[in-house]
Amino acid sequence: MNMIEAINSAMDVMLARDSNVVVMGEDVGYFGGVFRATAGLQKKHGKTRVFDTPINECGIIGVAVGMGAYGLRPVPEIQFADYIYPGLDQLVSEAARIRYRSANDFVCPMTVRTPFGGGIFGGQTHSQSPESIMTHICGVKTVIPSNPYDAKGLLIAAIEDNDPVVFLEPKRIYNGPFSGYYDRPVEPWSKHAASAVPEDYYRIELGKAATVREGEAVTVLAYGTMVHVAKTVIDELNIDAEIIDLRTLLPLDIEAIEASVKKTGRCLIIHEATRTSGFGAELAALVQERCFYHLEASVERVTGFDTPYPHSLEWAYFPGPVRIATALTKILKD
Amino acid sequence: MPETPRRSASNLPPLSLHIPEPRYRPGDTPDFGDIEVPAIDATPRPGEASKPDAMRELCYGLVRVLNFDGQAKGPWDPKLAPELLRSMLRMMLLVRAFDDRMFRAQRQGKTSFYMKCTGEEATSVASTMALDRADMVFPSYRQQGILITREYPLIQMMNQIYSNRGDHLLGRQLPIMYSAPEHGFFSVSGNLATQYPQAVGWAMASASKGDSRIATVWCGEGSSAEGDFHSALTFAAVYNAPVIFNVVNNQWAISSFSGFAGGERTTFAARAVGYGIAGLRVDGNDPLAVYAATQWAADRARTNNGPTLIEHFTYRAEGHSTSDDPSAYRAAQEYAAWPFGDPVLRLKEHLVKLGEWDDARHEALQKELDDLVKTTQKQSEKLGVLGHGMHQPFETMFEDVFEEMPWHLKEQCAQMLAEQEAKFGPDWKPE
Repeated sequence: MNMIEAINSAMDVMLARDSNVVVMGEDVGYFGGVFRATAGLQKKHGKTRVFDTPINECGIIGVAVGMGAYGLRPVPEIQFADYIYPGLDQLVSEAARIRYRSANDFVCPMTVRTPFGGGIFGGQTHSQSPESIMTHICGVKTVIPSNPYDAKGLLIAAIEDNDPVVFLEPKRIYNGPFSGYYDRPVEPWSKHAASAVPEDYYRIELGKAATVREGEAVTVLAYGTMVHVAKTVIDELNIDAEIIDLRTLLPLDIEAIEASVKKTGRCLIIHEATRTSGFGAELAALVQERCFYHLEASVERVTGFDTPYPHSLEWAYFPGPVRIATALTKILKD
Repeated sequence: MPETPRRSASNLPPLSLHIPEPRYRPGDTPDFGDIEVPAIDATPRPGEASKPDAMRELCYGLVRVLNFDGQAKGPWDPKLAPELLRSMLRMMLLVRAFDDRMFRAQRQGKTSFYMKCTGEEATSVASTMALDRADMVFPSYRQQGILITREYPLIQMMNQIYSNRGDHLLGRQLPIMYSAPEHGFFSVSGNLATQYPQAVGWAMASASKGDSRIATVWCGEGSSAEGDFHSALTFAAVYNAPVIFNVVNNQWAISSFSGFAGGERTTFAARAVGYGIAGLRVDGNDPLAVYAATQWAADRARTNNGPTLIEHFTYRAEGHSTSDDPSAYRAAQEYAAWPFGDPVLRLKEHLVKLGEWDDARHEALQKELDDLVKTTQKQSEKLGVLGHGMHQPFETMFEDVFEEMPWHLKEQCAQMLAEQEAKFGPDWKPE
């Protein structure tokens, strides 16, 4: 399976397992989603389980909150993460706080799926990575898969979770892992081990990172598309780096991070999102606080620049191989 | 580059920006004599399954039952039994007694905040009585009448207001932001109109499960300007959701009059027309009209005929909250001049006219309810009031952010408990 098929399979499995699961969003019903993530689900599970919505993100998330209060387990889709902002009040002020403010009277077992990230010539409003906005909300979990196997297992766990989850799908790698070299042909998922996805139910616990590559020289913290870009560069440079795919940003697998950095003494953080107040800042602070005496070099961040995401200059903006290699060289030299 | 010729208009006056202005400000003598009060039988009662198109004139008229002599008339008269009317009066009086006590408690420094609903009691009490007990309500902050009508224990309301050790919301919420799932009362949020799409979602869920319960939701006319209002009405129309939208048009959103929510040009009920849903405009100070309109809308929703928007035309008799002084922005005598009177007195008069009530019984009931509220208040205050000690174990601050506490909250909780011990010593307990 590719990522899309794995995500589709997760929803298919959960729609079949739990009659309270409903899938909704713009174009997700009859048409099957602009990325095909919900293809065939309406036909199989019926129109009241999988349906199209008006173009209204506040409504999509707000209605899902109400469905959750009734006892359903809604899986709303926001077509692009760049368009989640009209629904942000419902997410921040309502979904995230209902359990807390009502002392468990009401809960919000909702999973908001949304494609995010750049590398597709999406310009300003089809490329953003707003994960740090999500991780700054108390009461919301933030999950980002980087391969088909994880995507299905994490999405099933997210749907089953009784807290609201924002499930960010890196659309650049829907069809295949991305090396970071935009001028090279894209490899399909079928050549990747993680494309072996069971048809049936399985779950990957939220809050657990995955070690993508073991190493001793430096710890690389990444998620989503950047896991693959990092791996390409590290393989090319033949650096003994340990790559940790965070998978869940909140709650974060701090034990995995701490153990790795204490072992390597060096840390590089990579994300596509803009730098200032990005999630990398939180990671850098945590590493500094917890691994200070083990650090042999300053913690570095390779990120998108602090500008809106450009169209024509995409590959100058994207934190690609050159920027990563430069940072790794600097860290290892110190 | 050639200059684009402007269609302008040397011979037209310059454009001007309209900033709405209420009719009366402090120092003015208000006169609402020109507010149109349609005759009681001028507003027909179509069948509950009528097409929204057939409802148009109801969005501009006014559903009325009680005339100003206390007689029930016209097609909307719900013909309620005297026993029910007395019970409605009792609930409205209890709301008023509760409001007065809690307002005073705030002034005495026993809590940080309170909001009364004086003059609007019918919009929550009468509509709740027209619903089924199992229907879900999504209130704003001025529908305490719902909880009282559904016989939620007064002491629990007070405990919440005092954030004391009996507060089942553990002191987390600002006073009056109640939550009562067993009474079909959704957790009140400070963010305005967010409950609107949520109620639609609940109603959609009920419909998709083949349930028979409907949802009702309230906001003020000011909050109807929020985007969530539009989202909710759109979704409700698209999915024919079994939901009743209530807009309590009490003329004021804190200091801004209804003109800033768009009320100068049209009614709030007329918003329904554009969405293709049924709309009713109701005398919100006429408890029988409110009851009848809610009953109509509930029957409509329950028979799969879809959503209804009800505008309750009323007046916010008091300040917005304990933090507000309305004399700073509106004429002092507005409520006295309001042509629709007081909902409690109108219902009382009706019962008297029917020979089912009298002044002596009214006074006795008022006293009984005042005593009840006072006794309950004493019981509640035994569990603490705000600012006199801290009533919850500190660690409860970190609970329920998530179903299970993640490591970072556990760490922060440990830090806070260490601070607590440093400040208060190892034996500190909630008071």
